[in-house]
Amino acid sequence: MALAERVETPSPPPANLATRLVDWVRRRSGVKLSLVLGPGAFWLLVFFLIPLGVVLAYSFASRGAYGQVIWRLTLENYTRFFDWLYIRVFLVSVWIALLTTVICLVIGYPFAFVMARVPRRWRNALLVLVMVPFWTNFLVRTYAIMLLLRNEGLINSALRWLGIIEQPVTMLFTTFAVVLGLVYGYLPFMILPLYASIEKFDFTLVEAAQDLGANTWQVFTRVMLPLTMPGVVAGSILVFIPSVGAFVTPDLLGGGKVVMIGNLIQQQFLTVRHWPFGSAVSFVLMAIVLISTMAYFRVGGERRV
Amino acid sequence: MSRTADVELRNVSKVFDNSVVAVDNVSLEIEQGEFFSLLGPSGCGKTTTLRMIAGFEMPTSGEISIEGRPMGETPPFRRNVNTVFQNYALFPHMTVAENVAFGLRMKRIPRDEIARRVREALQLVRLGGFEDRYPRQLSGGQQQRVALARALINRPRVLLLDEPLGALDLKLRKEMQLELKHLQMTVGITFIYVTHDQEEALTMSDRIAVMNAGRVLQVGTPLEIYERPSSRFVADFIGESNFLDGRVVELNGQRATVVVDDRVPVPARAQDGLAIGEQVTVAIRPEKIRLRSLGTEGADGCVRGRVEEVVYIGTDTYYLVRLTDRCTVRVRVQNSQNRLDSSETIGHGEEVLLSWLPETAMVLKT
Repeated sequence: MALAERVETPSPPPANLATRLVDWVRRRSGVKLSLVLGPGAFWLLVFFLIPLGVVLAYSFASRGAYGQVIWRLTLENYTRFFDWLYIRVFLVSVWIALLTTVICLVIGYPFAFVMARVPRRWRNALLVLVMVPFWTNFLVRTYAIMLLLRNEGLINSALRWLGIIEQPVTMLFTTFAVVLGLVYGYLPFMILPLYASIEKFDFTLVEAAQDLGANTWQVFTRVMLPLTMPGVVAGSILVFIPSVGAFVTPDLLGGGKVVMIGNLIQQQFLTVRHWPFGSAVSFVLMAIVLISTMAYFRVGGERRV
Repeated sequence: MSRTADVELRNVSKVFDNSVVAVDNVSLEIEQGEFFSLLGPSGCGKTTTLRMIAGFEMPTSGEISIEGRPMGETPPFRRNVNTVFQNYALFPHMTVAENVAFGLRMKRIPRDEIARRVREALQLVRLGGFEDRYPRQLSGGQQQRVALARALINRPRVLLLDEPLGALDLKLRKEMQLELKHLQMTVGITFIYVTHDQEEALTMSDRIAVMNAGRVLQVGTPLEIYERPSSRFVADFIGESNFLDGRVVELNGQRATVVVDDRVPVPARAQDGLAIGEQVTVAIRPEKIRLRSLGTEGADGCVRGRVEEVVYIGTDTYYLVRLTDRCTVRVRVQNSQNRLDSSETIGHGEEVLLSWLPETAMVLKT
């Protein structure tokens, strides 16, 4: 009988419960905030901050005779970096990354500009064109570039067949090849933020500037570039950061002749088995990226207002 | 006083890529120091005409001259004209002072002269003290004035204004209309003003060109445009008009008699080239018609009708009066008496007499 009674008493419908729960969350902004931020924060903590802490700890440890990590604290890994051998690697990396960024900007800006100005149906076609490379594996695409650049590759064969050259031009395993590979790989990361910026740009401002006596170059430097600066800054950062730490591209297209910081780290971890030094170099790289990004933000941000 | 043409358009046409004829064989002469309006509904070609004068569009055929010099393909930055854009087009990343100084910077004018002229220009539009604000920190009316200062500081020969008051609310628009007119008289620059607002055009202009479907229909002073519309479109677009279709039965000097619906003869002002028997339209403004109760018959030029509707709108009262089965006219009578006290009000269903001065009714050929 008790059971029957219980069945008869109307229990609150689940919808009501859900409403009350939502209300409760709404009333407590702290709860709301932790619900929104919680999953992301958890992810970052477990898979970013903790490993980062491990690497930081390693960078102050020493290497044992057989490549194991010995917990004898030292600054040696950092001081060791200030050897010309490693400084050179660092300078080459920054130089290649800068070159890549500038080339991406110079190629990407006009492309993004055209993309933002053509009729809508063309715009989507161009957008797909930018995205298509993401559909295949980066490694495969890099091997494809190798096939193009080899001494017996497509370009050299074509040039020889046309009689322009007699001996093949060495392109593979040069800085040129590495920069080419990086530009190819990271160009979309430049184009997309630029496109977003230029698309928002009000083109009547171009007419206003022309009307006030500005020629094409002045219209670009005084009006268009400052107002699309957020896209330039975002795109440059998105290209520079992965470029400066790249290791697959310099490994395959540089063939060991062009060594970047990424290759150094990879070697230390996998070949030399000096994890503490590899960790230290990783932290130096992070510091470089952080400092240059902040400096860049400051310069780019000033002109934006 | 003979004045020289500042801007001259000769047989100018503009056909866009999609073979839309935006401007169709327009010829205009705009005099120096004149406040000239291009008035018409949206899509009539007035903005395209303005953009061709500014140099943003090139005419497909015809010639535009500024200060007597044919412009040809001269780019905008080499023309001695400046534009105030519909949405102002202020540079959002520059302060008010930087916006206003932009034109002079491009001309590489010395710094202290720029500073002085910026101050003057901002004073002229009553925005002194706003130098360091950004456009987004200003109200619509203030942005409007920055746009004016930015254009006027260059001392252009001609200032082009593309519906500059369109985005403002009614009250501010009325204020700015008078301010603009005042400013134009102060600086003495030729203004070419594009608008679809007939009242705005009538208030400010020295002369108006009424446009429709890419053509200029009539050019004249506000008075001429309003009192002597040359076509049904102009009579309809500017102000309000009654249109009575009929046949000319009598011509007597300046006066024509047109029979509406074969029954009602109405008086009108004759124009040249009119012939007896011709099918025409008589256009008459509602406020030009006098309305009386029946009983004073015999007066010259009176037309009989029956009141069908009475609408009181405060300053005036509208009457809808039926003349024939197919023909009604709207009459607008100013409420000069207190209608609550007056016993002689004309009511619904009453038989009335309509009269007007023949010269206030235009005969338009159909």
